[in-house]
Amino acid sequence: MITETREAFMDQVKVNEPEALLTIQGLHVWYELRRFGFGHAGYVKAVDGVSFELAEGETVAVVGESGCGKSSLMKTILGLNIPTSGDVLFDGDSLSGLKGDGLRNYRFKIGYVQQDPYGALPPFMTVQKILEEPLIISGVKDKEQRMARIHKVMGEVKMHPAEDFLPKFPHMLSGGQQQRVVIARAMLREPKLIVADEPVSMLDASVRVEILKLMRALQEAHGLSVIYITHDLSTVKYFSRRIFVMYAGTLIEKAETRRVLENPLHPYTTALLAATSDPDARNADTFKEVPPGEPPSLVNPPKGCRFHPRCAKAIAGLCDEKEPVEFEPESDHFVACWLYRS
Amino acid sequence: MNMPPRKLLQIEKLVLHFKTSHGVVQAVDSVNFELDTNRAVVILGESGCGKSSLAKAMLRLLPRNVDKYGGSVYLNGEDVMMYDEDEFRRNVRWVGMSLVPQAAMNSLNPVIRVGDQVAEPAMVHLGIRKTEAMTLVRRMFQHVGVPEDFISRYPFELSGGMRQRVALAMALVTSPSLILLDEPTSALDLLTQANIMNVLKRIKHELGTSFILITHDIATSSELADEVAVMYAGQIVEVGHAKDFFPAPLHPYAQMLMASVPRLRSESDPMFITGQPPSLIDLPEGCRFAARCPFRFEKCNEEPPMLGKNGRKVKCWLYE
Repeated sequence: MITETREAFMDQVKVNEPEALLTIQGLHVWYELRRFGFGHAGYVKAVDGVSFELAEGETVAVVGESGCGKSSLMKTILGLNIPTSGDVLFDGDSLSGLKGDGLRNYRFKIGYVQQDPYGALPPFMTVQKILEEPLIISGVKDKEQRMARIHKVMGEVKMHPAEDFLPKFPHMLSGGQQQRVVIARAMLREPKLIVADEPVSMLDASVRVEILKLMRALQEAHGLSVIYITHDLSTVKYFSRRIFVMYAGTLIEKAETRRVLENPLHPYTTALLAATSDPDARNADTFKEVPPGEPPSLVNPPKGCRFHPRCAKAIAGLCDEKEPVEFEPESDHFVACWLYRS
Repeated sequence: MNMPPRKLLQIEKLVLHFKTSHGVVQAVDSVNFELDTNRAVVILGESGCGKSSLAKAMLRLLPRNVDKYGGSVYLNGEDVMMYDEDEFRRNVRWVGMSLVPQAAMNSLNPVIRVGDQVAEPAMVHLGIRKTEAMTLVRRMFQHVGVPEDFISRYPFELSGGMRQRVALAMALVTSPSLILLDEPTSALDLLTQANIMNVLKRIKHELGTSFILITHDIATSSELADEVAVMYAGQIVEVGHAKDFFPAPLHPYAQMLMASVPRLRSESDPMFITGQPPSLIDLPEGCRFAARCPFRFEKCNEEPPMLGKNGRKVKCWLYE
């Protein structure tokens, strides 16, 4: 009797809470460094304690500079890296418990849009082969069924008539068309989540917006969750509901896009925003304020707050001693910075 | 025919065509522009519009498959296109104008200390001794913001931003009056980009150097530009002062390109340009942008001339 009511209660709780599609709990991804091929020489702490939840149909941007660990985070979510500790829960599966076929099925459920479309497409395969192969691997044996699916995704990425493009090799396509093929490939298995790693940074300005709008249309039409990894803050607001700012392996600020852009809290986020230019002739008259130094080594990150050696507002005795915890100065706006201790 | 121009740089009808197995690539097609001392011009264009070829044509860094190369490049009033190869190397490259190539930070020699690499052009082109050259290197490192003790480091010990600064120091060490920068920030992180743009601005103030900045990044280019030249399919389609250009470009291509830039501080919805630029092998008659242009009319079947309008120049029949 008691168990029954308890189960009913738990069901109730599940209905009320928004369903999280992806949950990341205390994720650490460390790579071991070896001296002379053996002998331990420390760790590269690429992801060092990252937690967040992503609801179904939600878009989030992970913003950070190269070497901040965003690619390691992404690869772990894709099931390509093994977490050192912590876990990734996706659609009911826990990544740490998966092996073999289970891991393969897990990967099928997540689409991956690479940064450099030309590098991501095998140059010796035609578009048709590129799109057919994932279907063959995932067990679609019937050729007609495969072709039907391929035509459908080609239509979705607005490459019609598909017949014109299917026999072509990647080098015969323009950068924008190559990226469409990459997106089509990511959409083939009807994923619930798309991880897009700087999907437009290699493209020309005039094509960039076209690809972003296409991804947005796909996201809305299929209710996809999207993790958009970028360093370009100016594109984020067209695409993502929330922003996570990453620095040296940790997420330092998490909030809705508009909030971060209008009222950045962390000094690093402020610096990123200040460094982003809009085309304006007046820019030439002023110098930009840039924090001194460079992002720290992930082998031996600074003690305390990892940004403190570059931070103008660092509090001596606190920021260089204790790692900041997450504060919530306004509701749903999280920041890991001692300035907001209450 | 020409009065000796008073400008630092004046380019007239510069042409560079390449031979390929598919046909002749008209990468640079009759390009004209000029530049004063201590000014920066930005050459804006998308990939494949011929902007890097323009830099190569100016410095005569030509590949083997050149089909046609001609026109005039006046540097301080002298037509350097008339120089033979030896004169050109001694009087123009490094000393007159130097180039920071695309991905310069990855073009450093990995087995030579960065100080020695920067000193080399100074020793070769200024004919000075190693010790003097090293003094010069230290001064240049100060200008570009590289710590002095980095002088004896190897490129792999430096971050991307620092290597880019070293490449810049190398271009500066022979004190040329003009530096060509080919996509100087495109491979760098946001904060590093902002840093490099700050360094360029400082050099412009402190040393009075002129810059030609070749880029596709409109937002970043506005950090340095005094003048803007927009390139499309091998031709310059608009030239004007940055203060006029950025608020309101004239050429339809420039307008659409500007509208395609996502902006951080505005709510405008960015647009994109449908279609693709024409192949440089098989160029259309008349205006090269006509096929993608929403304002085209009958006249666009003829090639438009460069039309002047309030001190700006635009290659479009709309402004006749």
